[in-house]
Amino acid sequence: MDDMTTFESVFAAFISGDGELYRILGLTVCMTLLSTGFSLLAGFPTGAFMASCSFPGKKLLRRIIQTCMSLPPVVAGLLVFLLLSRRGPLGSMQLLFSLPAMVIAQFLLIFPIVVSLTLSAIESRQKAINQTIFTLGLPRYKTYLLMLWECRRNLLTVMLTGFGRSLSEVGAVMMVGGNIQGKTRVMTTAIMLETNKGNFSAAIALGLVLLLLAFLINAIANHFQEADHD
Amino acid sequence: MKKSLLYHARKSAALTVIFLLAVLPACQQAAKVTTSSAAPAAVSTSAAATTSAVVETKTVPAKPENPIVRLSTTTSVNDSGLLPELEKAFENSTGYDLEIIANGTGAAIKLGESGDADVLLVHAKASEEAFVTAGFGVERIPFMHNYFVIAGAPEDKAKVTACTDAVSAFKAIAAAKADFVSRGDDSGTNKAELAIWKNAGITPSGDWYISAGKGMGPCLTMAGEMQAYILTDKATYLSTKAQTGLAICLGESEDMKNTYSLIAVNPDKNPGVNVKGAQAWIDFMLSDQARAMISDYGIKEYGEPLFFYDGSPS
Repeated sequence: MDDMTTFESVFAAFISGDGELYRILGLTVCMTLLSTGFSLLAGFPTGAFMASCSFPGKKLLRRIIQTCMSLPPVVAGLLVFLLLSRRGPLGSMQLLFSLPAMVIAQFLLIFPIVVSLTLSAIESRQKAINQTIFTLGLPRYKTYLLMLWECRRNLLTVMLTGFGRSLSEVGAVMMVGGNIQGKTRVMTTAIMLETNKGNFSAAIALGLVLLLLAFLINAIANHFQEADHD
Repeated sequence: MKKSLLYHARKSAALTVIFLLAVLPACQQAAKVTTSSAAPAAVSTSAAATTSAVVETKTVPAKPENPIVRLSTTTSVNDSGLLPELEKAFENSTGYDLEIIANGTGAAIKLGESGDADVLLVHAKASEEAFVTAGFGVERIPFMHNYFVIAGAPEDKAKVTACTDAVSAFKAIAAAKADFVSRGDDSGTNKAELAIWKNAGITPSGDWYISAGKGMGPCLTMAGEMQAYILTDKATYLSTKAQTGLAICLGESEDMKNTYSLIAVNPDKNPGVNVKGAQAWIDFMLSDQARAMISDYGIKEYGEPLFFYDGSPS
């Protein structure tokens, strides 16, 4: 039932709806939706704000955020680990080795990507947007919303980039999630585990299942993108 | 504010120089690694070319025909710090270049099966015997042992300290439903743990049994965070003790003996392996020099030896 040690057994589990594999898949989807969702919620407004305002230190802030796009996942994981550790400042919350911890660590990785890409998406259409929006004399928050709406096709790509990062990331979730069976084991950490066990074909099969999941997400997004185009 | 073209040119030049200064040494390091790992492939085509390359880069006593020996081992052996010391002594006395690849036991043995390693240093008796029986290994040579220990929070909720062997300790932990972190990764340590559960007649399951699927070090960290019990090798326990704050609840007992073996990969199955190099490593490990190094290891740092030598009597 829980045997996922060969290529065939992983696909048999995938087709038969085996509990263990689907628990891992469910947790992966849950983590990805939460970490990307929070990153978009915080990242879109931040990007829109930075694109439309000028303030001292903006250039520096932009460079820092762009640098954070290359933040190594292990470092992000380590920071969250130290924060949530029993001896850390937030240790009393007992969040380490749980789904929230994984989402926090992934947020650190995805948020800078969303801000940077949103910023450049809006800037690339800034002139056209400015002409239409600012003549309307809307309140500031509505201006931002309109700006984001104008760039929605680009922002969909930003969202997909976030999903991709979240789905494929292993260093941070391994560190703060702990790869606990049935609790924090996601697709990437399961692949890592099978690789360490020497079950290379099972690891590849799990990788294919993960790609299938990514394909599904992209297909849904593209469907919206195309519908919008018509 | 418009700055002159010269200013921008200078600024970019300075940034480029800084970047190159940072990157170049790293590249050189990477190139070195690439040459050494590419060497085995070159050997099969032209042994003479490799020998001359060795003369250029090394000034060691002997000049073996095929200088690269690939040792596949488990993380716990490598992490203890003993292996790097043995590696240095081996390389100095024989002129071989030992490449250590550390993985979980499953993957470590797999590298022997696929011929991606010349010799194994592992600690999972059943898997080792299966490996030799299937013809992938020449012979299993047990050469040293140590003991697993049960570590846990100093409070010792399940009263493991009162137990005399691992089986009764595991029974106490299960009865108290005290948190227990399992490697869950098919490693030698994991297999030893599962064997103890089996002897205790318990199938561990429930919220208290945490199957982590990680290496020894990260699992100890996790046990420290959760104040959980854990079966661990003593060397890794001692090296992480300061961070985890865990105490040894049950020390050396006969049912926690952990035997390490050497196995040369069988050239009949994998013709490309470095037979002479593997034998040189095994000979070295059975020598008096290695015996002394293994028996003394840990005494200076921890006040007690971490490994007990079982190789050929001197």
